[in-house]
Amino acid sequence: MVLAFLALAVIWEWAVEIFAIKEYLLPPPSLVLTEFLKRADVIGLNAITTTNEILAGYALAVAVSIPLALATAYSRTVEESLYPVVVFLQIVPKIAVAPLFIIWFGFGFAPKLMLVFLLSFFPIVVSSVMGFKSLDPDISDFARTTGAGGWRLFATIRLPQALPHIFTGLKVGAALSATAAVVAEFVASDRGLGYLLLQYNGDLNTPMVFATIIVLSLIGLALYYAVELLERLVIPWHVSQQAAQGGAALA
Amino acid sequence: MSRATVVASRARPAQDAAPGAGTQVPAIGVSSATKRFSRDGMETLALDGIDLTVARGEFVAIVGPSGCGKSTLLRMVAGLIPATSGSLAVSGQPVAGPVTDLGVVFQSPTLLDWRTIIDNVLVQVQLRGLPVERYRDKAMALLAQVGLEEFAQRRPRELSGGMRQRTAIARALIHDPPLLLMDEPFGALDALTREQMRIDLEALWLRSQKTVLFVTHSIDEAVLLADRVVVMTPRPGRIDRVVEVALPRPRGLDGRRLPGFAPAADAITEIFLARGVLHGTRA
Ligand SMILES: Nc1ncnc2c1ncn2[C@@H]1O[C@H](COP(=O)(O)OP(=O)(O)O)[C@@H](O)[C@H]1O
Ligand SMILES: [Mg+2]
Repeated sequence: MVLAFLALAVIWEWAVEIFAIKEYLLPPPSLVLTEFLKRADVIGLNAITTTNEILAGYALAVAVSIPLALATAYSRTVEESLYPVVVFLQIVPKIAVAPLFIIWFGFGFAPKLMLVFLLSFFPIVVSSVMGFKSLDPDISDFARTTGAGGWRLFATIRLPQALPHIFTGLKVGAALSATAAVVAEFVASDRGLGYLLLQYNGDLNTPMVFATIIVLSLIGLALYYAVELLERLVIPWHVSQQAAQGGAALA
Repeated sequence: MSRATVVASRARPAQDAAPGAGTQVPAIGVSSATKRFSRDGMETLALDGIDLTVARGEFVAIVGPSGCGKSTLLRMVAGLIPATSGSLAVSGQPVAGPVTDLGVVFQSPTLLDWRTIIDNVLVQVQLRGLPVERYRDKAMALLAQVGLEEFAQRRPRELSGGMRQRTAIARALIHDPPLLLMDEPFGALDALTREQMRIDLEALWLRSQKTVLFVTHSIDEAVLLADRVVVMTPRPGRIDRVVEVALPRPRGLDGRRLPGFAPAADAITEIFLARGVLHGTRA
């Protein structure tokens, strides 16, 4: 993978040179790198802001969605009252809500956190509910003949069988969270990588636009792989099984 | 219509072994049990007036066409679904809610993907809140009995269908229940594996004192395994006839050659012909 990226960078560099592409359209990677190094401190400071928004919003989404999924799976009342509302709200284009959040929560940290929360919340809750509810009826019948209930049944069967679904949701949520933070910063902010991106764009400083995008992608990737690493640690049996089934494409 | 004949004497008298056997509580008692399902306003009468008594230590098979309510009956006995009317008892206790003093085996092995084979056997004792470590040796011994000791540390995905079903059988036996309920346990297996499983199950049963209620589609399997075969009518399921199979045991590999086999199998075939469950010409 690293080799592929290096090859791409080399081809990109040559192409820009050979076709004499103007650097405000497509800067060569070498220029992106030197410009980045010149302003690494600015990018670094703003990256911290955006990373904090992402982590806080994502953590909030996890903290709310998994208990909600549990409540939906185990309480008929919640399943019939609250969960349909959640499913309906999922259809609302959530990015369109961003300006509203500025009105409600001001210009600071809160609206960004809320948008990250909102975007990553739905995939986590929907797949976790699916995970908790998708128990094979015969396995469930077998479990009932043991007389197990409550915590023992949950810890022995329900939770481990839900974990692969929960991790699917967590990964989708993680992938969406960087997007959410940048969009929120686009709408109104005075810091963060989204803000920086608009500034550099206004100046036609394309090399720095590229540098910012790359840093932003790296933050998103880091979160995604952190979740994936956790998945490997928590449910190794599932990960190895997927790999055996031909998931080698991502390796 | 030909009648099933009681040919040989029982090689393994179970219920009449002890003195005072007449007062013994049956393993399973079903009386006038009816089951009606209603789904989307559609009513299905799945079972209609079932009366059945299974003695302790007896092996009873249930055969009947698909949808006649065999699984429903088994689930009612296990207390997994309630009867609409009538009553059921297991070991003399009225069934109200899941019965726990038994082992179940379904058509699919229903193993937990994330557990190794031995841990799939041990999940039975874990769910019951019993000390898992104390059962580890027994689990290994059971796995050895079903020919899986080398696979104890593998996961279900790495095993064939027959091996997984053997694991499910070991899981149903680890807590040494007096009653085994098996719903088409060999239904998904290839013919050779199925034959072997049948022979092994008989041997296993002969060594134990367990009562078995065994649902199958296979007339041969029912006759080769059971003391009595309960033949059911198409829906709504009723008990059409109970065929006694008095073949000596072990019937093992070539039980089909025993003189009593053909009459019993023919009797069941006749019932299915009369009900239109089977059609065709005879040799
Ligand atoms: N949960 C259910 N809801 C509605 N109908 C059911 C349900 N379970 C079984 N039935 C119906 O009851 C009948 C008997 O089913 P079943 O006991 O599974 O038959 P068998 O095991 O003999 O093939 C079938 O017609 C089936 O459609
Ligand atoms: Mg069935």
